Amino acid sequence: MFGRLTWDAIPLNEPIPLATVCVLIIGIVGILSLVTWKGWWPYLWREWITSTDHKRIGVMYVILALVMLLRGFSDAIMMRAQLALAAGHAAGFLPPEHYNQIFSAHGTIMIFFVGMTFVVGLMNFVLPLQLGVRDVAFPVLNSVSFWLTASGVLLVNVSLGVGEFARTGWLAYPPLSELAYSPGVGVDYYLWSLQISGLGTLLSGINLTTTILKLRAPGMGYGRMPVFCWTALASNLLIVAAFPILTATFAMLLLDRYLGFHFFTNDGGGNPMMYVNLIWGWGHPEVYILILPAFGVFSEVIATFSGKPLFGYRSMVMATMAICVLSFMVWLHHFFTMGAGANVNAFFGVATMIIAVPTGVKIFNWLFTLYGGSIRFTTPVYWAIGFMVTFVIGGMTGVLMAIPPADFVLHNSLFLIAHFHNVIIGGVIFGVMAGYTYWFPKAFGFKLHEGLGKAVFWCWFVGFYLAFMPLYALGLMGATRRMQHYADPTWQPLMKVALGGAVIIFIGILLTIVQLVVSIRTRDRRRDLTGDPWNGRTLEWSISSPPPVWNFALLPTISGADAYWNAKRHPGKFAHAAALIPLEVPKRSALGFFIAFFMVILGFALIWHIWWLAIVGLLGAFTVTLRQAWKTDLEEFVSVATIAEHERRHPSQVARA
Amino acid sequence: MNTTVDVASEEMPEGIPLSERGPASTRVVAAFGFWLFLLSDIIVFSALFAAYAVLNGETNGGPSASELFDKRHVLFETGCLLASSFTCGMMMIAIEERSKASTYFWALVTAALGVVFLYLEVSEFGGMLSAGAGPSRSAFLSSFFTLVGTHGAHVTAGLAWLLIMMAQIGTMGFRPMVIRRMVCFSLFWHALDIVWIGVFTVVYLGAAHT
Amino acid sequence: MNAHVETTDAQRAPGSHQSRRDRLRSYSIGFGLAVLFTAGSFAASSSHLVWGPSIPVLLAVLAIAQMGVHLVFFLHISTAPDSTNNVLSLAFGVFVVGLVIFGSMIIMANLNHAMMPMDQLIDIHKQR
Repeated sequence: MFGRLTWDAIPLNEPIPLATVCVLIIGIVGILSLVTWKGWWPYLWREWITSTDHKRIGVMYVILALVMLLRGFSDAIMMRAQLALAAGHAAGFLPPEHYNQIFSAHGTIMIFFVGMTFVVGLMNFVLPLQLGVRDVAFPVLNSVSFWLTASGVLLVNVSLGVGEFARTGWLAYPPLSELAYSPGVGVDYYLWSLQISGLGTLLSGINLTTTILKLRAPGMGYGRMPVFCWTALASNLLIVAAFPILTATFAMLLLDRYLGFHFFTNDGGGNPMMYVNLIWGWGHPEVYILILPAFGVFSEVIATFSGKPLFGYRSMVMATMAICVLSFMVWLHHFFTMGAGANVNAFFGVATMIIAVPTGVKIFNWLFTLYGGSIRFTTPVYWAIGFMVTFVIGGMTGVLMAIPPADFVLHNSLFLIAHFHNVIIGGVIFGVMAGYTYWFPKAFGFKLHEGLGKAVFWCWFVGFYLAFMPLYALGLMGATRRMQHYADPTWQPLMKVALGGAVIIFIGILLTIVQLVVSIRTRDRRRDLTGDPWNGRTLEWSISSPPPVWNFALLPTISGADAYWNAKRHPGKFAHAAALIPLEVPKRSALGFFIAFFMVILGFALIWHIWWLAIVGLLGAFTVTLRQAWKTDLEEFVSVATIAEHERRHPSQVARA
Repeated sequence: MNTTVDVASEEMPEGIPLSERGPASTRVVAAFGFWLFLLSDIIVFSALFAAYAVLNGETNGGPSASELFDKRHVLFETGCLLASSFTCGMMMIAIEERSKASTYFWALVTAALGVVFLYLEVSEFGGMLSAGAGPSRSAFLSSFFTLVGTHGAHVTAGLAWLLIMMAQIGTMGFRPMVIRRMVCFSLFWHALDIVWIGVFTVVYLGAAHT
Repeated sequence: MNAHVETTDAQRAPGSHQSRRDRLRSYSIGFGLAVLFTAGSFAASSSHLVWGPSIPVLLAVLAIAQMGVHLVFFLHISTAPDSTNNVLSLAFGVFVVGLVIFGSMIIMANLNHAMMPMDQLIDIHKQR
């Protein structure tokens, strides 16, 4: 009746998960009770949960990312604390079977549910605004994508209290992830939650690629798009091309686990290395999916706050598309040590070094943009400069490991860990934090507190170096990754420094929450009344903050790059004489929420082998989709009166009636 | 979603490049989005093909490809699927002409050919299973059943979709939304035949030559 | 019911076309060529008329040709400027497909050879 689900699934004898789950349940029940008592459900349902507005969906993605950052980071601090203690004969406080779940959950959550989610959220919010259009190509699908991602998040978090998580690391290599060596539900939680959220990500990639290629304001040819749109295009093309590999590979592992197939098993002719090969065929493009939009954020931020156009627009675009293509040609560098011959290793080593070149082009373009500009040192610029220093160091250690003989020494050591955290934190995290600060006023109508923003930056910056520079040294000294305990006590001081760095980052995360609370409470002091708080260059700053549902009352006609900047210098040039007309906007839709609901049921049922429940989930998802197919009233009109009233109070700066 | 340009495109002088004409129409947007989805689906198949290419020699002491596959059977399957692509094209012409009867006729023929294809495939699988050559016998058989089975699952989903679309035409007529979906269906159906070309060449015909 | 082909719709959806006769011709030619290539593949595979080792190459060529026939005659991919997005996306997709399939084959063959157990390696050398 309940498959393999029994009361033993609840971790009553493991204090840390148990305590965490209790706190989480109290917190969630508390929030739900507050919302109910205050009567906010109708508002939340109408304006957020069923929203098809890309701006709302983008904000929800970012909120999800920030919440999951808390969970992913608590995993990190537990690991750092364990390693600071477990030297020589000391055992630390986390037994190996628990530690293994922690590092697996940490990686999975940070990459999939913090990195991807934050980046997709920013792209969702910004792209239609920068392209000068009213929404993405498929607004209902956008909502479905978000809720599928949320389903994956929910399943991963349920694993904390019901069952266990994978102990295989964030990529779940066979044969360890095969049934023979991971007979429990952990790997199944991992696989099903990522299959479900992966579908959401793929659909989002299709949606945003179509938006950038087919929906741009009149006159906005490809050479006139903001660079953020180009990097988003490259990133979404990579999503469309790479995520199917992940889906197929996970499907093969699931077939091995559920139906006894032999793709990657040790017996029956299976080849575990084929999994490693395929998964990195996805995995390498994945890191470029994460970093390219961050590069785009920096292009926008640096140009805006230097008061100059971005240096080398065309070389930026070419570098971006070169990275897009090259990112598919380097994947073997993740498994140099797994036995390929010298020729194959050499090819991929050289390719990996080549891919550093376009990134170098970008760094120089950013520097040349800053040079000679009248730079305003706002919080986003701090993140940008911090990024340039940090990412370059991380990139260089990457190029070092691109040399196969060097990688033979450093593969899977703490040096590797330091390298990828260097580029992911220095690149992706610094980028999304810059984007968050930069676009926050557009989303909510007031700026974030600047002083606290800088404090957050310094905590991340100082904390990062303290946490990860020791790891470079430790890696060279022989420390490996995924290590719960080590024999050499001379490593311990460095481990303690690393813990110190993690604590400082933790303070930075707390300050982010404080900044949000303080900014909301004192928002009247930092209102954005014009829609253009930063003297920006691109179209999103030409409309009110927050923008109306329809974004632009009249689609602007574009005649050059940095369209809004040009409009400001030649006022009146871009105003239409055209009259306002009623505008169609997509109606809100509960489809996403209901599909997600049934997908969570399906996922949970499959994990616990509750087959009848799985059929319920599948039929439910199918039925709501079928019902959607017969809906004909998917859009509604906004009246001219409403638009005119909004325009009267917040006149658009680029296209005016 | 208002994807049409506020300024009528007739007002735009000739010579404006396509990329500067503003947002494309819903039909173009939908078809392109679906095209991207198809490309992503083909990449799923490529991973399965790659697994087959790497693992097809691993028979684990069990039966190999040359022992199991019957070329005439596959030729008949291929003929059915190819013919169904043609009849699908005929159905799309009928839709352009807004002829319900003709549309239903060609849809029925397409579906029938698809059903015959599936029947042949299921009977092949059934024969292999009863001979002990199931997917858990060896890596070769795992990759075979997954590659060909995933294609078959897509054909099945396509047939279900076709049935639903016929119901939509019946209840809602040839409205733009329905036509957009039929265009997407036809892209899907043709793409499945493209994948099948790869399957019969690599898996069935290739069996004799590895 | 107004015109089904949006005359202001300058961009081609993959699959949109002009007249009935053009479409009928397109499908018929496509079908004919595809039948030819399919028959050719099956015949080549069991024939003794073609030199053995070249048969896989012939099959590959026929398969690629037939895929091209499908793309052009059934999916209406063309080199017209309104079809550029479709062609570029297809090219990118084909690029990735090629890398995944041939990249995997090369890498796995290389790995399997380099990681071969010593007894099998000795057997191979003995056979030389």
